[in-house]
Amino acid sequence: MKDIAIVSFAQSDCRRDAGACNEVELIMPVIEQAMQAVGLNNSQDVDFTCSGSCDYQQGAAFAFVMGVDALGAVPPIKESHVEMDAAWALYESMLKISMGQAESALIYGFGKSSPGELPTVLSQQLDPYYLAPLWVDSVSLAALQARVLLDRGLLSEQDMAAVVARSRANAKANNPHAQLAGDVSVEELLAESPWVAPLRKHDCCPISDGASAMVICTIEKARAWGKPYAVIRGIDHRMESHNIGARDLTRSVSTELAAAQAGVDRGPVEVAELYAPFSHQEIILSQALGLDDSTEINPSGGVLAGNLMMASGLSRIGEVATRIMSGDVRRGVAHATSGPCLQHNLVAVLEAA
Amino acid sequence: MSEETTSSEDDITAIETPVYLTYNFTAGEATTRFLHQVRKGKVMGQRCPGCGNVYAPARGSCAACGLPTSEEVELGNKATVQSFTIVWIPIPNNPIQPPYIVANLVPDGANISFIHLMSECDNDSVHIGQRVEAVWKPEEEWDYAMDNIRYFRPLDEPDVPIEMIGKVPLSGWEGKA
Repeated sequence: MKDIAIVSFAQSDCRRDAGACNEVELIMPVIEQAMQAVGLNNSQDVDFTCSGSCDYQQGAAFAFVMGVDALGAVPPIKESHVEMDAAWALYESMLKISMGQAESALIYGFGKSSPGELPTVLSQQLDPYYLAPLWVDSVSLAALQARVLLDRGLLSEQDMAAVVARSRANAKANNPHAQLAGDVSVEELLAESPWVAPLRKHDCCPISDGASAMVICTIEKARAWGKPYAVIRGIDHRMESHNIGARDLTRSVSTELAAAQAGVDRGPVEVAELYAPFSHQEIILSQALGLDDSTEINPSGGVLAGNLMMASGLSRIGEVATRIMSGDVRRGVAHATSGPCLQHNLVAVLEAA
Repeated sequence: MSEETTSSEDDITAIETPVYLTYNFTAGEATTRFLHQVRKGKVMGQRCPGCGNVYAPARGSCAACGLPTSEEVELGNKATVQSFTIVWIPIPNNPIQPPYIVANLVPDGANISFIHLMSECDNDSVHIGQRVEAVWKPEEEWDYAMDNIRYFRPLDEPDVPIEMIGKVPLSGWEGKA
């Protein structure tokens, strides 16, 4: 795929409950911010618009269609949607640009999870014959995965707590949009009781409402606009079986494959933003991506600091892009996930222009 | 699985897996403002700061411009039929007996229609451009709901030409507010 430029990114605060706000009211502020950063008004000023969301979260049928009311879509625009994280809306937009059908695209994702019981809602994405009828929730499945890792001695509860402590500290230092941030020690975290054993509540990402948006374009267009930009040098996504029992839950094979294809190891990884909804999954992902101490992992705090389902994957890419655009780093990796126990993973390599 | 087993059992062509999820649905901030006014017997629209169109009930944005609609505009009790259909099929649990009229109505002062019922009318003579007015429930029955208006009934006013539907000001058609 040809190089594509990220020219702007905006994200809302992660809030446990956005109150009465509907999808339009969640989306509009971030779209406005992302568009204004490059001097654009609304979706009429880009060639393609693509969004990611899931109507099950707020329990409102066709909320993703109603979200189009935020775009200024008169006269009609070229527009698409994925019932996935908006990181995959970015992927679709990149295909559109690579095919020569667009030079620029607006991407947004939103999630209003507060109206329902998210872990239970997510059980309905499992296979419809064996698992969905059992209503196995997302936290319980992650707990099974953590149990396998602990029992095999591949990590310890201290390792998991250290991930959480670093997330909270990074969120406090770097992320004004975080829902959970602060100074907390590994000892304090381990003193808490298990929630869904072996997971403690802090091992699980919070449930958040909000949205994020991004503008991408061809390198030529980014130069013409004259704004700083980050280059997506490689991107790939891979999926594993829906059958949990058929997977090796101690590693992320799909992330390993996507990382190889995206070219993660073709240069130093200064920063990585990983979509790890559970503390042990950050360790699995770091290993799958071949990261070591030379990489700063989740400087934003990651999704343990706030998880906008259907927008957080796009936000991981936006977090890395923002650090490249500001000149803080020259090369980074962003990751997005979907499905139970890291079933489906997307890896993007971002570099300075 | 042995051949004997497969042949002696019927094919399973369907299984039942009921889904029941509970949500605390919220209306949206713009719709919340609208419903609070309907509770007081007022139909309010919201004006787009870009194109000037007035929406009722508003969803918080102008779908054409993508701008927030924050200015509240009070709308008239009168409206114009933009389109309609005659419902002949009884709908389970619906207390209204067919045949009855469901219409897209544009209230005076607004530019976009909403759906409501028509009654006190001859179904065969309902037509596009027809002028109608709201018939409200008694005040003590008002709630946060559009059925505070029981239905719309015809008015003895000249029809609105098709090109003017959606452009009738709050002062009414031909000044008849």
